[in-house]
Order: sequence, then C-alpha cells, then structure tokens
Amino acid sequence: MRLVLAEDHALLRAGLIQLLEGNGFTILHAVDNEASLSAALLDPLAEAAVLDVRLPPSQTDEGLRAAIAVRAARPGFPVMVLSQYVEQLYARELLASGVGAVGYLLKDRVSDVAEFVDGVRRVAAGGTVLDPEVVATVMARQREEPLERLTPREREVLGLMAEGRSNAAIAGLLHVTDKAVAKHINSIFTKLDLPIGEDDHRRVRAVLAWLRV
Amino acid sequence: MSTTSTTAPPGRLLLTGYAVAQFFLSILMIVLFVLWVVGGVLVVVWVGIGILAAVVPATRWVANLHRSMAARTLGTELPPPYRPLPPGGFFVKARTVLADPMTWRDLGWLLVAPVVGITVSLIVIVLLLAIVTGFIWWFATPPLMQARAVFDRWFLCYSRTERLEQRVQVLTETRADLVDHSAAELRRLERDLHDGAQARLVALSMSLGMADAAFDSEDPEQARRLIKDARSTTAGAIGDLRSVVRGIHPPVLADRGLAGAVAALAIDMAIPVTVDARLPGRPPAPVESAVYFGVAECLANVGKHSGARNGWITLAHEDDVLRAVVGDDGRGGADPGAGTGMLGVMRRLAAFDGTLSVSSPAGGPTIVTLEVPCVLSSPKTTPSSGPA
Repeated sequence: MRLVLAEDHALLRAGLIQLLEGNGFTILHAVDNEASLSAALLDPLAEAAVLDVRLPPSQTDEGLRAAIAVRAARPGFPVMVLSQYVEQLYARELLASGVGAVGYLLKDRVSDVAEFVDGVRRVAAGGTVLDPEVVATVMARQREEPLERLTPREREVLGLMAEGRSNAAIAGLLHVTDKAVAKHINSIFTKLDLPIGEDDHRRVRAVLAWLRV
Repeated sequence: MSTTSTTAPPGRLLLTGYAVAQFFLSILMIVLFVLWVVGGVLVVVWVGIGILAAVVPATRWVANLHRSMAARTLGTELPPPYRPLPPGGFFVKARTVLADPMTWRDLGWLLVAPVVGITVSLIVIVLLLAIVTGFIWWFATPPLMQARAVFDRWFLCYSRTERLEQRVQVLTETRADLVDHSAAELRRLERDLHDGAQARLVALSMSLGMADAAFDSEDPEQARRLIKDARSTTAGAIGDLRSVVRGIHPPVLADRGLAGAVAALAIDMAIPVTVDARLPGRPPAPVESAVYFGVAECLANVGKHSGARNGWITLAHEDDVLRAVVGDDGRGGADPGAGTGMLGVMRRLAAFDGTLSVSSPAGGPTIVTLEVPCVLSSPKTTPSSGPA
C-alpha cells in the first residue's frame, strides 16, 4: 500500500514514517506543507493519504481542505485525517465528501500502534473510522427522528460501527456473540430504512445518517 | 461627534413656528418643574416616586424636542446624551437615572428655560404679528432663535470637554475590568496547567522511572504494566493541554473565523440551532474571540436553562457594528445579572465599546444581542509569502 504522508512536525513525521513502514506500508511522499501535498496527491501511484489538519503556510485547516479536494478529484480516494483536536464540523465535512474511505482521528491515537495501523488499513479498504471522541459527543446528544427508534444497545453498536470496528470487535467489546451483533446491525438497518445492498456501504450510510450529514 | 446636517437651515417662518411651539412648551415646562418639586418633596411618603416616574420621561421628551429644534436651527446633530438604561427592575433603572448628570441638567434647564423661552418666543411672535415691525422681525428672528438654540444646547448637551472627560471615565473603567479579567484568566491557566498537565507529566516520569527499575530487577510483567500506566497518563496530559488551549483560543476559530466557529458551536448543541452568518470579512482577532466566547456562553445558557426546542443565531455586520443575536423559543425569564457568565461577557465586550442586551419576557422567547463596533478586514487568503 503506497501512502502520501503530510505532517509538518519533523519529529512526528519521522515517527509516523517509521511506524507505517514498519507495518508494511510504503511512504511514497512525506511532505510538510500544503503546496507539496497538493503536488504529491496528483501522483497516480498514491493509493491513500494520511494527513495532518494543520499545515503550513497558514497553519489552519489546509490538510482538511486538501483531503476534500482530492476526494472531489479522485472519488473514493482513501484519506485518514489526524488532528490535535476533533471537531464535529470537520467530521461532517469529511464524511460528506463521499461515501466511506475516510478516517478522522486524534493525533495521540497513534500511540496505540496496532489500532492505528488497523484504522489506516480499514480506511484504505473503503471503511469509515471516527475518533471515539467524535462518537461520544454525538452520543451525548439527545437526537430525534429515526435514531430515536434505536434501543440503547443498538445505539451502542452504531457508535462502535462509526469508530470503524468490525462485527467481531464489537462482539468482543460488548461481551456478546457475533450473531447477536449481526442481529443488532440488521435491526439498525431496518430502523434507519437502509435497503439491502452491499453490506459495507450500508454500515457507512448508517453512520452518516446518525451524524446527520 | 456632531456632523453637519444635510437638510437646509429652517426659514424665518419655521423659526417663528418654533417660537410658538416653544412658547407653549414653556408653560408645560413650568408645570413639569412644579411636579418635580412636588414629587421630590413627596418622595418621603412614597407617592412622590410615582410622580417622578412620570415626570422624568416627560422632561426627557420635552428636552429632546428642544434638542431637535436646536439641532435644526444650528445645523448640527445633537444626539440625546442620556445614559443607556440597564436591564433590570425599576430600582436599577431609577438609580441610573438619578446618577445621570444629564437628569439634573434637565432639571436646571426646566427652571431657567421657561423665562428665556417665553421672552424670546414672545418677542419673535409679537414682531411678526404687529405688521409695522415686520422689518425688524425679518432681521431679528434668525439671530434670536439661534441664540435660543445655543442656550438650549449649552444646557442640554455635553460640551466637547465634558464628552472627553466622560470618555476617559468609561475607558478607565473598562480598562480596569479588562486588566482584572486578564489577570483572572492567567491565574486560571496557571492553575489548570499546574494541577493538570504538569502533575500528570510528573506521574508519567515516575511510572517510567519505576518501569526502568523493574527492567533492572528483571520483572518485565511489572515493567509492562507501568509503561501501560504511563501511556494512559500521557493521554490524560494531552487531554488537559487540549482543554487549556481550547480555553485560550479555540482552534476552529483560528481555522474558520467567527462564522465557522459559531456553526461548529451550533452543531454541538442538543437542540437544532440554525446559523445565519453574513460577514464579508473577519473582525479583529480580540473582537472575534470576545464575541465567540459571548455566543458560546449564550448557547450554554440556552442548553442549560431555557428548555427551548429550537435556537437560532444571526451574525451580521452593518454600519460598522458587528451584531450577533442568539435566540431561542424557551421559557424566557433569563436574568443577565443572575450569574457571572453574562456579566463576564458584558465586561469583555465593554473593552471594545461593545454591549450585550437581553430581551427575555417570562414565557419566552429569549433574545440576546451582542454588538461591537469594529471594522472587518478583507477575507483571509493564502499569505503572499508563499510556501516555505
């Protein structure tokens, strides 16, 4: 898997390169500013990107903008966005930039190496990975309409789906069987009026519905 | 701050009309003055308070009439110089009125103006009515009425020096508030860093030290456990630092400006909040920050106290005033004086000559308006320095 990496902090960039290369990824381009990032994303060999939200020159949200731009130019291009802060607004903008293949994580989640690498892999495979903090904020809200039909357990399952976990992982975390999880997920799809289709897309769309994108 | 009026100066007949009006107003003023005296004396037996509550607005009305006539005659603008009434009950308002020097100048004017007014007015009127003196009327009316206007202006409006003195007074007070506020903020930051991130980093260092020792004593299980602790302590420290940074300057405000940051606040609300932002540029950073925290405080109140089902925010910049309005359809009855939050916002805005006003009748809706005079800069584009 050939990646484009954008991170302006030299120490973190070196760490990320080491971490990703050590886990079987190839770093095609490692850049530290917006202009080189835009150039790197044009490389047809690139298969996915791992980006910091803040990049020089203006140190605001150019990483996010670049992610949205590349997904407009190359639909479905997998992008994992890392940030010092998670912002609902940014999560929504990323998710709205196409179905799936996006991740949005706090930078310090990198410290859980296995989990982080797994997240990048799932995004590259077309999945959605959201930081537990984003998920928790949405959870804390009392939402109305179709989501109100969900039972507390189903909400819990949906939250974990948003974080990007597989059925097996959800089963492990909730201490239930795989079959029970599959039953909950089917019931969520029914309640959210998601027609039967490709299973992975239904998962993403359930998450989108829940974030009201 | 008077500007030249664009309307033509009043003609002699209009000036005579003013003279007639002022003649009758003088009689009303005598009545008002008597009521002032009666009301003032009867305050001892409470009845006077009721009388004064009616006489003060009436006096202001008469004085404002004279101000506008003087403004037309002199061709300058004379804005009403009264202090704005604070939100709150009758006694809060009464105290402001009593403390306003203009109230007492009005009273002095009430005593003197009828004599001057009746004299000037009668001269002008009689000169016109007695046809023989029409010649004198033609020449004497403008200077007489201008003298009258100057007299009214002298009594009813602050001079330049007085206005500057008042401005200095206001600036001194808001500067003191701002300094207090900054000092308190710094203390809070120091405490947050000291009790939060700093303490956790010490704990982290201790865990790592013990892990180091555990390796020496060949207890890898213990070492692994300690490193795991160290990692969770690191996460806590990062979380603490994050919240400290958010308290200083929210990242989304830096990234997206006021409109984007307010939209982000609205998304985080439990109830639907619509945002209508029309800002053609960015306000100066300190104003942006003060208004952002003001809106955040209002939204927190909506979430905590209002019981509202819907909220809305508008942001606009008109006539060099940045205006943020936060409304909800909740139960109303919000009192800006009740908590420290709103007062803090008021102080912060006052440093920029900004104001916060609350309209919240029992039963709702509550509408909070934040206004700050400022100039917007053009929208931010990529700096010309280019990529490094």
